Amino acid sequence: MRGNNVVGIIFSNMHDDTMQQVTNIRTFGSVPFGGRYRTIDFPLSNMVNSGVNKVGVITKSNYQSLMDHLGSGKAWDLSRKSEGLFILPPFGNGNQMYSNRIEALDGITSFLRNCNEEYVILSDCDMICNIDFKKVLDAHLDTNADITIVYKNGEMPDLGEPVVLELNSQDKVTDIVVGAKKGEKVSWSMGYYVMKKAFLQQTIAEAVSRNRSNFVRDILQRGVLENKIYGYRFEGYVGALDSVQSFFRVNMDLMKWDVLRDLFNPMRPIYTKERDEMPTRYGLGSVVTNSLIADGCVIEGEVKNCVLFRGVHVGKGSKLSNCIIMQDTVIGDNTVLDYLISDKDVTFSDGKAMIGTESYPIYVSKGSVV
Amino acid sequence: MYPKQECIAMLLAGGQGSRLYALTKRIAKPAVPFGGKYRIIDFPLSNCVNSGIDTVGVLTQYQPLVLNDYLGNGQPWDLDTMYGGVHALPPYQGTHGADWYKGTANAIYQNIPFIERYNPDYVVILSGDHIYKMDYSEMLAFHKSHKAACTIAAYQVPMEEASRFGILNCNEDGTIYEFDEKPKVPKSNNASMGIYIFSWEKLRKYLEMDEANPDSSNDFGKDVLPAMLNAGEKMVAWKFEGYWKDVGTIDSLWEANMDLLDPNDPLDMSDPSWRIFTRNPVMPPHYVGKNADCQNSLVTEGCMVNGKLEFSILFEGVQVETGAQVTESIIMPGAKIMEGAKVQFAIVAENAVIGPGAVVGQRPEDMENRDDWGIAVIGGGVKVGANAVVKAKAMVEEDIPEVTK
Repeated sequence: MRGNNVVGIIFSNMHDDTMQQVTNIRTFGSVPFGGRYRTIDFPLSNMVNSGVNKVGVITKSNYQSLMDHLGSGKAWDLSRKSEGLFILPPFGNGNQMYSNRIEALDGITSFLRNCNEEYVILSDCDMICNIDFKKVLDAHLDTNADITIVYKNGEMPDLGEPVVLELNSQDKVTDIVVGAKKGEKVSWSMGYYVMKKAFLQQTIAEAVSRNRSNFVRDILQRGVLENKIYGYRFEGYVGALDSVQSFFRVNMDLMKWDVLRDLFNPMRPIYTKERDEMPTRYGLGSVVTNSLIADGCVIEGEVKNCVLFRGVHVGKGSKLSNCIIMQDTVIGDNTVLDYLISDKDVTFSDGKAMIGTESYPIYVSKGSVV
Repeated sequence: MYPKQECIAMLLAGGQGSRLYALTKRIAKPAVPFGGKYRIIDFPLSNCVNSGIDTVGVLTQYQPLVLNDYLGNGQPWDLDTMYGGVHALPPYQGTHGADWYKGTANAIYQNIPFIERYNPDYVVILSGDHIYKMDYSEMLAFHKSHKAACTIAAYQVPMEEASRFGILNCNEDGTIYEFDEKPKVPKSNNASMGIYIFSWEKLRKYLEMDEANPDSSNDFGKDVLPAMLNAGEKMVAWKFEGYWKDVGTIDSLWEANMDLLDPNDPLDMSDPSWRIFTRNPVMPPHYVGKNADCQNSLVTEGCMVNGKLEFSILFEGVQVETGAQVTESIIMPGAKIMEGAKVQFAIVAENAVIGPGAVVGQRPEDMENRDDWGIAVIGGGVKVGANAVVKAKAMVEEDIPEVTK
């Protein structure tokens, strides 16, 4: 399979600052999402389903939860004798931690040198989608591009550092601008880049030696003039995570049938670490509608428009609407929660009420007792 | 060279399970789905792992494909270890010919070389048709402290049901003086659970004697155990307290599943200190739609529920469409209950499709003659056409055509 000639590189810490509350205690890649996943499951599964069998995960800080989640890579079939999963902790430059994408890539020089694969895919963890990278690579080979950028044509989501492509009719990138208004109809980059490994190594080495530090400005924008950059238009569902609000919204998108179907295509499953929970138990008198619910929950109250992660308990008489409740949170009896995101292991005692709004959901941090 | 193991387990998984009819047409009984996401064999395997036994031989014979696939390298149960782990042991051909497993004892006899390479002191013999959580290490400690040749796990059944079981009649110190197979007038209510621990030296001796006896049916219960007792070996009963259910029949399989819906579920599969491990499907969380109503039910990942559930268990990937009703039923992986269909007191096997408006099963109170009532079973992959009606106790193995109204 041609995909085997590709090594995947995942940046697990990029965008940490956009959801500070949630990423205070973890990397962006290990943010819980969609009832049983972590955000890194999406790029990782997409790569594996596209035939990639070597993936390096670049970490920076607070990556214990990420390592715990990834383990040996078994859940993604990446626990292999040859190739497989590589966790790439910060490396080099004395005590200095990398501060941008170019430095991060410079830090994995030796990993890249030891890869025999001809191509690389670079990915962050902020896009929730089910994409076939084999098709991206095919397009990359067809156009003979130096860099292929995956983009989505449509309304600009609320991204912190939006990269907007201007393309000709052959999908060749003619200009790259930084910044666009939210909601504007544009072709925006999803942050997936495909290129030859040798090209990446050379470009990074050159950027480092010239003290260039901005990936978008110094590699992509400069590349428009000096190299051949093409776009690959992605047609499926994309949920961009860039704030607590968008995190809330994208989770809620999962309640749409077509999104659920597209994202969890049984031909290209999204893998995650297993937990061996028993099936979810619905009590007598429970009222549950329009919700996404993982295994191991016990529901005795009312749940409407919610995402419940594994092992959540909802007590009798409690009413939850528009909530995202992460793993092992326990909600007592007669508690009312609306527009709320609860992190892991939170305890809500009986008879509490917390009500947020759609534009500003309440966030309750890990392990809190309410 | 294999490191010595104090105790290994042998799991008898070759039986057809003929009393499960359509459910075991293509799969061995231990591979039958149970409890929303498990298969029956998950229970003895998880018990082994949780009891510290990490070498398990699984004796397979009848329809082993699904079971072998399911066991794989044993990773779901942490049994993918370097020396021990789970081993599927089918009958094999040797220089003196080939034999099927003639009986439970013969199955173990044929695998003496497998057991010997671990040089165990004790061997646990398990069967693949019981739902229970048991700490075999406690039973082993009992076996050791009584210096027994064989310890048999015993379950206290109600006296009025005792005549359906193999009864162990014991002295006060727990030693067994008599086996009473399905006695008309039971002397005690200690039923044998079919779980044995043997000191390996003794077992080996009696297996060899049994094999040399041309009149033997090579069965543990009928031949080996009585032979040991008659020879004066020390055999003791270890009383087990807790939930235990034989799921060898359609009714008992259905009942054991329904037991899980009891809010005070005596099995408690959610206990983190005694997990029941299983091969987890790769599926998203289940989605409960706008028109759904779930009452006292178990639902697992990959399901889509838009209809009404009452006292039911849905396995992975089951779809219940709008207006469909599922009552007191078990819907196995990948099955689909279409719009307006009604499934009650039924077991719908893997990937079966119940067409729109079809009615499967009957409530006992709706029967003219209560004796005709029973659980309806739809076999794996069977399609029940729109508006078709399947009566109570039916065993459907062929597609049923659509009925025009």
